[in-house]
Amino acid sequence: MSVTAAQTPGASAVAADSRPSEPPANRGTFGRLRGQRAGMAGLTALLLLAVLALAAPIVAPRDPLAQDRADQFKAPSLANPFGTDEFGRDIFSRVVYGARLSLLTGAVAVLIAGLAGVPLGLLGGFFGGWVDALTMRVLDFLLAVPAILLAMVIIAILGPGSLNAMLAVGIVGVPAFARLTRASTLALKQRDFVLATRALGVGPFYLMFRTILPNAVNPILVQVAVTASVAMLLEAALSFLGLGTKPPDPSWGSMLNTGRSFLHQAPWYGLFPGIAITGTVLSLNVVADALQAALAGEGGTVNRTERGA
Amino acid sequence: MGKYIVLRLVQLLPVLLLASVAVWLMIYLIPGDPAIALLGPDVTPEQLARARERMGLDQPLPVQYALWLGRVVQGDLGVSYVGSVPVRTMLAQRIPVTLQLTVAALLVALAIAAPLGILAAVRPRSWAGRLVTVYNTLAMAIPTFWLGILLVLLFGLQLKWLPTSGFVPFWEDPGRAVRLLILPALTLGAYVSAVLARFTRAALLETISQDYVRTARAKGLRERSVIGVHALRNALIPVVTVVGLQFGAFMGGTVITEAIFDYPGLGRMLLQAILQRDYTVIQATMLFVVFTFVLINLLTDLLYAYLDPRIRYA
Repeated sequence: MSVTAAQTPGASAVAADSRPSEPPANRGTFGRLRGQRAGMAGLTALLLLAVLALAAPIVAPRDPLAQDRADQFKAPSLANPFGTDEFGRDIFSRVVYGARLSLLTGAVAVLIAGLAGVPLGLLGGFFGGWVDALTMRVLDFLLAVPAILLAMVIIAILGPGSLNAMLAVGIVGVPAFARLTRASTLALKQRDFVLATRALGVGPFYLMFRTILPNAVNPILVQVAVTASVAMLLEAALSFLGLGTKPPDPSWGSMLNTGRSFLHQAPWYGLFPGIAITGTVLSLNVVADALQAALAGEGGTVNRTERGA
Repeated sequence: MGKYIVLRLVQLLPVLLLASVAVWLMIYLIPGDPAIALLGPDVTPEQLARARERMGLDQPLPVQYALWLGRVVQGDLGVSYVGSVPVRTMLAQRIPVTLQLTVAALLVALAIAAPLGILAAVRPRSWAGRLVTVYNTLAMAIPTFWLGILLVLLFGLQLKWLPTSGFVPFWEDPGRAVRLLILPALTLGAYVSAVLARFTRAALLETISQDYVRTARAKGLRERSVIGVHALRNALIPVVTVVGLQFGAFMGGTVITEAIFDYPGLGRMLLQAILQRDYTVIQATMLFVVFTFVLINLLTDLLYAYLDPRIRYA
């Protein structure tokens, strides 16, 4: 279901808290975004993570898959900042490489959810009728199933694995994009500028994609951040349950899953991948809140689906 | 009220029908023969033939659905191919176990959320009020599976205060059951506690600005009774709905929580079934989850209408 944190009065109130003072309206969206310290910090953290992921071969001191029995369960040290795991692999290197998978999952999921959800919402909102009603009922139903359970069922059908986990997580994100775009489309299609464009005699697809969509972009932008956050969390949860990325590939979720069995010998094993996930999700959430606040003046509404894990 | 209940029940039917179609369709979405999907790879030709006939695989799809729905309505949820046990029996064993965890998690969530939400609304600018914001942000970002590991590390392995796995029915040994439930309930309840605290805060802030609260203050009531008696009571109405709506978050969370704490509930059963491709069990569990979810939404709406008569007449 989707109790959607940001539809709730509390969420917007919390977002407003982080705003020190109302910035002047003429600073533009980016100016307003820059005024939000938490949001900028989150954005910086994400950029840093992206750089780390891209430069993984340079940053990581060791091959994430290289095993060395002699190095088994070494506590964090200068040589192994995050310690080593049950095969003597360097956990720091594995966390750095894990960022690649996590960011890729976020990107792929947003692409799937957006490319399927936005057109669905545009078509439904624009044409209405029974097709729209049926699509929305189906999407409502998908929203009603807890995200992690929906992802698990999709995995049950497709089979476990990295790629299928990304696909599942992307599908889970479709209804939110569709609902959001549909709501904007419904509101926009009655506006004068759309009616005027229609009066010029342009076709429905031009109206939808060239006239309405550019004006519905704000809430979609916020949803991109929200979906990426939910997607990374869900992928980690699936891998944690053994339904996503399989060992030995480094994924934060599956590292925690393995680390769970060795908490006695190696408590650090259960620590660092978790810090990585939580930090990333936190950054994305803060960026989403800041974006929403910065775009608020322009009629943005967010539909944050329940996070899955 | 009676008319409202009937109306809501009628509105439920299409949702339940859609849910049943979705759950039934799952078997047919799996590549390959649906009968093999249900019975598993090592099945005798006779069993396969019987299953095919039972499912009516030679009939049109709507007929197959009707056959299946007919059996489900009579309580026949099929047999697990792994354990050769009727799925109904398995569900009946697991549901009370998960219910115990969910109730405990709900209590934990309420116990954290109520004071935090009230504090944040009454003293938003104090350090305590700010701490609440930090707690909320953290509790919403920290993944359930990592929180569980942290709790095990700290309270289980480091301090050795609490057991980290196992289950005892509450009525058999309440003391031990509570000790076993604390860590899983905290793990499962943390996220919901943040959602509820946000909501309580927002709802209370809204009621505090109402005229009748100002009146209560103006006639010289102490702040404690202004908040406690006048504001809180009305603020709690929307909070009740949110508690109901969080059931979905609980259902998702149990899968992970039960995996961490080796808790023998519905979530573990579902996870095992997915890993073993035991599709009858997956189907039945999903059906149960969706039906319960819809039912709880209905109960929440009814409770809301009962608490706030304006809903019924709107």
